Amino acid sequence: MAFKKLINSKKILSLFAVFLLSGTNLLMAQSTDVAASGNSKAGHSSDWFSVGYYLLLFFFAILCVATLGKILKVYDLSVKMQGKKGINWNNIMALLCAVFLVVGLYGAYWSLTVQGSMTLPVSASEHGVAIDNMFTVTSILTLIVFVLTQILLFGFAFIYRASDKRKAYFLPHNNTIEKVWTVIPAVVLTILVVFGFFTWQKVMDISSKKGDINIDVTGHQFAWELRYPGTDGKLGKVDYKLVTGLNKLGVDYSDRNSFDDLQADTLVLPVNKTIRLNIHAQDVIHSVYLPQFRVQMNAVPGLPTFFKFVPTITTADMRIKTDNPKFEYTLYCNKICGGSHYNMQKVVRVVSEEEYQEWIAKQKPYLSDQLKADLKIAEIKPSVSGQISSNKLALNN
Amino acid sequence: MSTLAVHDHGVLQHGEGHEHHHKATFLNTYVFSQDHKMIAKQFLITGITMAFIAMTLSILFRIQLAYPDKSFPLLETLLGRFAPGGRLSPDFYMSLVTIHGTIMVFFVLTAGLSGTFANLLIPLQIGARDMASPLVNMLSYWFFLTASIIMLSAFFVEKGPASGGWTIYPPLSAMPKAMPGSGMGMTLWLISMVCFIASSLMGGINYVSTVLNMRTKGMDLWKMPLTVWALFLTAILGVLAFPVLVAGVVLLIFDRSFGTSFYLSDIVLNGQVQPYEGGSPILFQHLFWFLGHPEVYIVIMPAMGISSEVMSVNSRKPIFGYHAMVYSLIGITVLSFIVWGHHMFVTGMNPFLGGVFMITTLIIAVPSAVKTFNWLATLWRGNIRFTPAMLFAIGMVSFFISGGLTGIFLGNAALDINLHDTYFVVAHFHLVMGSAAIFGMLAGVYHWFPKMFRRMMDERLGYLHFWITFIGAYLVFFPMHFMGLDGVPRRYYALTEFPAFNRWLTVNVFITWAAIMSGFAQVAFLINFVYSIFWGKKTVQNPWNANTLEWDAPIEHVHGNWIGEIPTVYRWPYDYSKPGHEEDFIPQTVPFSQTMSSNLPHDFEDNPAGLAEYNKWVVLNKANEEVK
Ligand code: HEM
Ligand SMILES: [Cu+2]
Ligand SMILES: [Cu+2]
Repeated sequence: MAFKKLINSKKILSLFAVFLLSGTNLLMAQSTDVAASGNSKAGHSSDWFSVGYYLLLFFFAILCVATLGKILKVYDLSVKMQGKKGINWNNIMALLCAVFLVVGLYGAYWSLTVQGSMTLPVSASEHGVAIDNMFTVTSILTLIVFVLTQILLFGFAFIYRASDKRKAYFLPHNNTIEKVWTVIPAVVLTILVVFGFFTWQKVMDISSKKGDINIDVTGHQFAWELRYPGTDGKLGKVDYKLVTGLNKLGVDYSDRNSFDDLQADTLVLPVNKTIRLNIHAQDVIHSVYLPQFRVQMNAVPGLPTFFKFVPTITTADMRIKTDNPKFEYTLYCNKICGGSHYNMQKVVRVVSEEEYQEWIAKQKPYLSDQLKADLKIAEIKPSVSGQISSNKLALNN
Repeated sequence: MSTLAVHDHGVLQHGEGHEHHHKATFLNTYVFSQDHKMIAKQFLITGITMAFIAMTLSILFRIQLAYPDKSFPLLETLLGRFAPGGRLSPDFYMSLVTIHGTIMVFFVLTAGLSGTFANLLIPLQIGARDMASPLVNMLSYWFFLTASIIMLSAFFVEKGPASGGWTIYPPLSAMPKAMPGSGMGMTLWLISMVCFIASSLMGGINYVSTVLNMRTKGMDLWKMPLTVWALFLTAILGVLAFPVLVAGVVLLIFDRSFGTSFYLSDIVLNGQVQPYEGGSPILFQHLFWFLGHPEVYIVIMPAMGISSEVMSVNSRKPIFGYHAMVYSLIGITVLSFIVWGHHMFVTGMNPFLGGVFMITTLIIAVPSAVKTFNWLATLWRGNIRFTPAMLFAIGMVSFFISGGLTGIFLGNAALDINLHDTYFVVAHFHLVMGSAAIFGMLAGVYHWFPKMFRRMMDERLGYLHFWITFIGAYLVFFPMHFMGLDGVPRRYYALTEFPAFNRWLTVNVFITWAAIMSGFAQVAFLINFVYSIFWGKKTVQNPWNANTLEWDAPIEHVHGNWIGEIPTVYRWPYDYSKPGHEEDFIPQTVPFSQTMSSNLPHDFEDNPAGLAEYNKWVVLNKANEEVK
């Protein structure tokens, strides 16, 4: 057959190979510094060359598909001329459904085990454990449904492929079975809802978690600012109208609790203490996302939010658990907030109580000397907590 | 009444040289056509064009995700300032994501899907001459086209198109200084959407009134095919939900251009204190998702209707549980208005409210489950014919299952804390909405192509198209679940800034190549589509041996759909493989008196006279047999 000759022709095959080889790496994968000089004329003309090359390749592919189609057609016709049945596409499709079912289920299994093992490590917070349990239960239930329904879908497609010898079974409805499969999902979902509801209430319940450490997290394009309370354990008020170049958060210094507030670069948290993150945004919506702690809450301008949680695993312990000496907890921004949304991160470190005390003693107050000068409150010594009450007078003067 | 007018002149027709009150010119047949069949084709072709554009955009940003550190000089040649040094700029990346999402959700899967099939199928399947108002119907298309052009024109403004995500949350979208795309690009987005909503309302009102008022004799609501039910309920959903988005959009326009503060409060932008006070960004989210959630069902319900129809025809079996299918559609329609809060679990909304939305959300999964089981039961013991349309319908069910199940995770507020805005959500909605709805749409295109273009599409190219796309979509979206479970946020320009995400880089490369592969498969579709319009095999009257009315209408399109009287309908549309009947289908236009041997008592539930006849016949028949 002529087509066979064409396909088998070694010349064409080797030509094709040369064509392929010479072409790779033209369009793809140029290193950045090559591209830097890409503005030159030569760079651009080679662009078009590679475009032409890929277009040719593309047309070649189309040609191959078309030829294949023609070959099949000719084959089909010639078989039919011999009085046999031609290609039964219907059976081929049914078979492909069955193949897809098997290969697809294996693929899903592979993905679940290999990629599934690349997911987050155990929850590093108290409430996260409840969430993870909920997740496991939901996963098991849905996976069962997933496997069963896909098997039925493609299984039926394969088994009940058309045949001239058979007529389909006329079955317009069956009220009993329909009731059954309305009630079963309803019951399963009710169970999930009830558990979910209580888990959600527990996670969000603020009264049960006592003895908070209040930390302010403020998002703006494109960074997070942290504010820790000083020795008084209280954060001073903020007012966005007071924001200046020096007073980035608009801390209100008419509130004496503000004087000893500290700034920090890293979100350091003592382990097993209740943390209350007070979440603010200055410009657009951001979102505080701490996936390892199962914590997320949007930061909304004009609408302060908070999230209370108890970290339970120190960074050091997590490094051992994950077998990764470089492991760090991270705070991401998880609400689209502009061009650098993808790089709005803060390192989070969970440490022991002693380490925490040691660390916090080293942090600088928000009320920098410059800011003091600016606000004309130079005489204040915020680090000495005993003086604060008398200082209030000075401020009022 | 316009209804009457249409009925009247429909009897006459252009083709045979009769005198007529207006002449058929090129302009009024192909461009400013008021014929629903032509408008359907206009919607389809515009929709497909938009789909290819949006797909190209997605390939562009997928390349960025796969090769964040590499430079492609070609990109700079093509995109200029949007890709300095051959790499997409972060802002332009955001624009691509935004416009991709907007076009796919609204322009392809809402207008392209509902617009095409509501226009084509509603009049043809209920036996009407045209839409209730052909003029408004035409306007609906032209507003849609205008909206599409405005949306795309944003690529030509200096700072690029809107870039705040398809959900355009303010303040990001409200303040031109917040990001480049929030300038002129955002203005164009808003104008385009207002035109779009006008289009969709004009279409929707038309579809609803046509279904309610213009059904042919005998076509009561319970004899309508599921496609018509789905398109009808979709239109109701759209008519009720879209105006809320208009409200939201208009307030946003006010905030942007007239200094109001509906959505803005306490803002310091780039160190500058802004004058806005008293608004709430969350208000916008409520307005947006009040439309947004019904919108996702606006997208999927026509696909469900189409798949039901296609699966029944090609299994040669009645759709299982027709009533349950309709009631679950109605259930979804009603429930979809009270679940929007599940998009807002972590906005700081009162946790109790979150709990309530969790309950309503998981309730909506019940009708979805019922539909799935009924589809499976429809296949059971069928006599399945694998046309490309059938394959796409099966694929639709498969995607709907895979994506719907992850909805159960997301609908659980406790689980959503960690999943919200991650790739898990991306995987969820691309499977359940993106892929499933597109597959429903493609099933419709393959199935009704002969009705639209009077020619057949090539089956084998259809098979090729199906398998590559089907496998490709799973390869693209399945791994994304696990990225989400690792806490990888969506809408990130690059994952390179986080050491923890490095392990996903190879997966990203894989996904991108799978996407490119599926992209190429669409070329097979395009070639098939265009070629078949002009040179495909001519169709026969009823190529799929289907029961519904549209296959009774003449192949040649005539204005008014039927020459002479519109046929009367006697039975439901799913009498396939009825025992006692020789052929495996009985069209809706065949009266029971002609099918005595296959009638069932059930057929005469609300027809006592018919039942009496039937009983008489049964007795007589028995007697005859005994005589023999
Ligand atoms: C089985 C029922 C379903 C449930 C319980 C469900 C639940 C959810 C939930 C809770 C979210 C929010 C996730 C988040 O942002 O954190 C979500 C997102 C989404 N769902 Fe579903 N869903 C279901 C079915 C569907 C269907 C049928 C569609 C469309 C046809 C759909 C389309 C979407 C879309 C588009 C989003 C993402 C919107 C965005 O943030 O950009 N879902 N779904
Ligand atoms: Cu941000
Ligand atoms: Cu929703």
